[in-house]
Amino acid sequence: MSEHEHGPSDRRALRAEALESLLLEKGLVQPETIDAVVRHYEQDVGPMNGAKVVARAWTDPAYKRRLLENGTAAIAELGFGGPQGEHIVVVENTPAVHNVVVCTLCSCYPWPVLGLPPSWYKSPAFRSRVVREPRAVLAEMGLALGPDVAIRVWDSSSEVRYLVLPQRPAGTEGLREAELAAWVNRDSMIGVSQPTPPQDAPRE
Amino acid sequence: MSESASERRDSAIDLEGPAAPPRRNGELLFAAPWESRVFGIALALHRQGFFRWDEFRDCLIAEIAGWEKRHGRERVDGEWSYYARWQTALETLLARKCLCAAAELDEREQDLAARPAGHDHGQD
Repeated sequence: MSEHEHGPSDRRALRAEALESLLLEKGLVQPETIDAVVRHYEQDVGPMNGAKVVARAWTDPAYKRRLLENGTAAIAELGFGGPQGEHIVVVENTPAVHNVVVCTLCSCYPWPVLGLPPSWYKSPAFRSRVVREPRAVLAEMGLALGPDVAIRVWDSSSEVRYLVLPQRPAGTEGLREAELAAWVNRDSMIGVSQPTPPQDAPRE
Repeated sequence: MSESASERRDSAIDLEGPAAPPRRNGELLFAAPWESRVFGIALALHRQGFFRWDEFRDCLIAEIAGWEKRHGRERVDGEWSYYARWQTALETLLARKCLCAAAELDEREQDLAARPAGHDHGQD
């Protein structure tokens, strides 16, 4: 070990390189497979999938019903599924109830609709504090909820992954589904933010 | 290994709008190339059937719990690295499955560390 010569990040990079080179040599992994996996999660999967699900639920009451009844099946209707998406439960925000998602034990997260979790979601502080003092944590993250709004914290288990269905923002009545999707940000589907107006007009 | 550095094709990706790739507030998903490699290795091994995902998850939970016992949960300092825990969990599982022993890995790491200065560590 060269702990005192290199920073922690250098050491971790070296360890990762050692693991990859050894597994390569053993014929257990191929670099192209790893490349493809990483590319998939960096480019193809992400919150834009969840945004489409939410926008559909906002515009199609029958779809919303199906989504709340069986999240996995309704999400599959839009073509999304795969690892970490086998049992997705969708929880709906209302004027009286706000939902927020955590994984207290590690980092379980609905990959097919949100991609990989942000670093704060995986941090020890968020994972322990949001259960104990959700109102304070949400306020620190910029989401101040009124005292009349109840907060429900959903802890992902080994089976279930949660997706928050945010409330459709006021003033979006005339918008079409594709335009609405641009309002749905990742954090609003974890429950630590509200939908926000798109920066730019959505492109066709 | 220099291919990890070339994995970042930032300029080729459309960064704006609803079809933008998964990002966290303007940053890439992975803070460093090695993070994406250990993520990809675990997924690739799982897909090839070397372990079930819940087996990996159990190792990850145990690894994170152990780290938090040693360091505490409230204080998040520069030492916390999610993907370092990910990698150690993967190492534990691979050793348990007799796919890759810790001693082999230590030896390989030392070999790589002993390369002449200036050698590309896949970091730059």
